[in-house]
Amino acid sequence: MHDTTRSAYWQGARDGAPFIFVVSPFAMLFGVVSAEAGLNVFEALAFSVVVIAGAAQFTALQLLQDNAPTFVALASALAVNLRMAMYSAALTPHLGAAPFWQRGLIAYFLVDQTYACSVMAYERNKGWGLAQKTAYFFGTMTPVCPMWYVMTLVGAWAGTAIPPDYALDFAVPITFIALTAPMLRTAAHRAAALVSVVMALGFAWLPFNLGLMVAGLAGMITGAQIELRLRARGTWVDP
Amino acid sequence: MIDKTQLWTVIVLLGIGSFALRFAFLGLIGNRAMPEWLLRHLRYTAVAILPAIVAPLVAWPAALEGQTDPARLAAACVTLAVGYATRNVILSIVLGAGTLYLGLYLAG
Repeated sequence: MHDTTRSAYWQGARDGAPFIFVVSPFAMLFGVVSAEAGLNVFEALAFSVVVIAGAAQFTALQLLQDNAPTFVALASALAVNLRMAMYSAALTPHLGAAPFWQRGLIAYFLVDQTYACSVMAYERNKGWGLAQKTAYFFGTMTPVCPMWYVMTLVGAWAGTAIPPDYALDFAVPITFIALTAPMLRTAAHRAAALVSVVMALGFAWLPFNLGLMVAGLAGMITGAQIELRLRARGTWVDP
Repeated sequence: MIDKTQLWTVIVLLGIGSFALRFAFLGLIGNRAMPEWLLRHLRYTAVAILPAIVAPLVAWPAALEGQTDPARLAAACVTLAVGYATRNVILSIVLGAGTLYLGLYLAG
């Protein structure tokens, strides 16, 4: 490896390292919740390796437990992951020229943390070429992604030992609220979340968990419409 | 109990679908711009889907056969308030869980 490439890799690894403290408890929680849902250790690990997306994994698992149809579980979890397509679009100007197999690997490891670190680093280091940018990306992945697998495994092992009176059914709601609350930065985001809550409760009687689809779509349309109004009035501030 | 065939179907298809979303632009579409109206809706997917999943779980917890529970309601409110005020995900999970256990303990 070229010198500047190597230093970009290690800079990525350093920037990614603090996320170990975010990813580890989250992965462990997924392992514990999977064990509670009756998944064995191999199934929990397979979930984390194949999907490698926390919120989507929790969504799918929750809906499977609620006996939702496969289609609804898949559609909801993929909707949660739609932001990955935006990450992919945002990194394309920087990494789009990498060889096909590298782009495949980058896509697999494209998660919230690797995306956030990389976009900021590319902004700071405008002189970086493709080699440095790619090396940096893989650097950020190195501490984060293996930890996701390992801590899922630990959680799945520990989970079978936790008795039911610890109210673990509420781990998913608390985690999701904690993930969503910091995103409510603009009036559009707050309105989207509020409409989605009201619609989800109001349409909970629909079969096949379709109330979730209705609420999700209504929330997205609300957010987009409010954003348009705010932009028209000139009061829109990027979150 | 989750049906194993359904579980593996979801794991495999969700894995393929998530990869497709991540690969979409990087691998296939390249630098072409997405329509602005689509981007504007995509910005709100997370804040629209996650609350819709959570709301019924908070209002009618399955563990209590759908009986509304003050301890779970309080825990949800504390998590939301702390997350909104501090933007600290781990702190809000810890304080939310603390509220839940305190509430369950007080309720006996």
